[in-house]
Amino acid sequence: MLFDPLVLLFLSSGLFLGWALGANDAANVFGTAVGTKMLSWRSAAIICSLFVVLGAVISGAGTTHTLGKLGAISALPGAFMTALSAALAVFSMTRAGLPVSTSQAIVGAIIGWNFFSNNPTDSVVLTKILSTWIICPILSGVIAIILIKAFKFCAKRLSVHMVFADAYKRIALILAGALGAYSLGANNIANVVGVFIPVQPIPPLTIGTFVFSSGQQLLLLGGLAIALGVFTYSKKVMMTVGDQLGNLSATAALIAVISHSVVLFIFASRGLEAWLSNMGLPTIPLVPVSSSQALVGAVVGISILQGLSAIRWMVLGKIVFGWIVTPILACFVCFMGLFFLQNVFGLTVL
Amino acid sequence: MISARLFRRTKELESQVDKFFDQLSEAAVIYRLAVRGYLRAGVSEEFTARLEHVCAKETEADSLRRQIEHALYTNLLIPDSRGDVLGLIETADEILSLFKSSLWAFEVETPEIHKDLNAGYRRLTNMVVKSVDELAAGCRVFFRSPHLVSSYNAKVTLYEKEADKISYALKKQIFSSESGLAEKIHLREFVDHIDAIADQAEDVADRLTIYAVKRQS
Repeated sequence: MLFDPLVLLFLSSGLFLGWALGANDAANVFGTAVGTKMLSWRSAAIICSLFVVLGAVISGAGTTHTLGKLGAISALPGAFMTALSAALAVFSMTRAGLPVSTSQAIVGAIIGWNFFSNNPTDSVVLTKILSTWIICPILSGVIAIILIKAFKFCAKRLSVHMVFADAYKRIALILAGALGAYSLGANNIANVVGVFIPVQPIPPLTIGTFVFSSGQQLLLLGGLAIALGVFTYSKKVMMTVGDQLGNLSATAALIAVISHSVVLFIFASRGLEAWLSNMGLPTIPLVPVSSSQALVGAVVGISILQGLSAIRWMVLGKIVFGWIVTPILACFVCFMGLFFLQNVFGLTVL
Repeated sequence: MISARLFRRTKELESQVDKFFDQLSEAAVIYRLAVRGYLRAGVSEEFTARLEHVCAKETEADSLRRQIEHALYTNLLIPDSRGDVLGLIETADEILSLFKSSLWAFEVETPEIHKDLNAGYRRLTNMVVKSVDELAAGCRVFFRSPHLVSSYNAKVTLYEKEADKISYALKKQIFSSESGLAEKIHLREFVDHIDAIADQAEDVADRLTIYAVKRQS
């Protein structure tokens, strides 16, 4: 099977979404470290790009599979429009100054495709996804509270010199950032290439004895698109996030990043799912969750320890509003876009 | 490799900070010995040697302060506490300058202190030095266990208040003596010189309290 150059054109919307994800969400992982000057942007960008690609290729299949169950898009133009409408929803919400999540945008877009194609949306899968959007920030907040309590308990007993504590924090920020980038790649790669996987647009690639499937190549391409976003556009966003979280101490910032990374990892880890299943425990669904909401959940958790008055309720309200509007907007744009592609351009979208 | 370099710089900075507060504690001890020596024998060889020793400590502390400033800014260490640490070290450095200027004043102005005032000056010096000792200990603790700083600062405040009481009593004793007004004013100035050191120690302790609270939040 030969590679069709038109495929690249159709993939561009997903890659654009990947670029936007790298530009924005890398700031959730390394923004605090760069903003507080604990780490240079260059080092952060290199570590982030490397681990995003690794996460996408090694552990990205789990969440991608869940998105596939929500809506199995069967034609490349349909997948193109689904990813494009998610990207447009993200772009317009960002322009409007509202916090946005690519995970919610892509889910909304897939539901739009389901509406257009008259395919029923799997209510079990949808409920699973929606529930994780609520659980994700809460879980992140709970983890942050536990971690900060444990940190304070240990700090009082260990009496580490301030300058050494700073050095340990620096290393911990790098490790937490690497875990965060890996988890971001593993969890959010589904948003970038998930809708293209069922279509199998790229022929398998054979190098020696290794055969790379269409899905594996897509995961790598998506990971590289995220890495490109990190390198070309994340600096400004990282600095902004650093400033916005300026009220947090370096310790609180570190704990926020660790909590965020752990939550993203939990919702992407097939190993953890298999282990829980083997132990007879309820499994955690492998669902793409919002990196921004995981971070916000952790910050709110830390703020709760300082008293409820420390929480900026207006900002929280904006986040919740963005959370509701993004999938609806993506769903609507996808429906309209598919209509145009099919009826105006005569393309097969189903 | 990066972490090895980071920990080498960190170790150097830790050592510089510890050495700085060593200079402060040692200068306080030498200052007490110098004032006692002056009360016993005026500007003697022993007093001059102590004065030179305090000057050397002050110069060494200045050099350490500059090295710490340089390390903090060029190596981007402790970015969130950098300002507090520098503020602490700069204000603590002023105590060393006060030790030096006080001893210089003894050497240059050679006040004539009557024997019946000796005990008061000695008690005042002891109290001032105790406040600086507690401050130096509190500063060291701040870097490791900020939650313990308050007990040290409480002692600094206590010693400063005691120093105020002693200086008040000493001034009353000076002005109730038979000496001339010029001599009385001269002796009072030396009480103020010594007492100012405890006042500065209290100011640094107040800063330290705020820095410690910030670190615990």
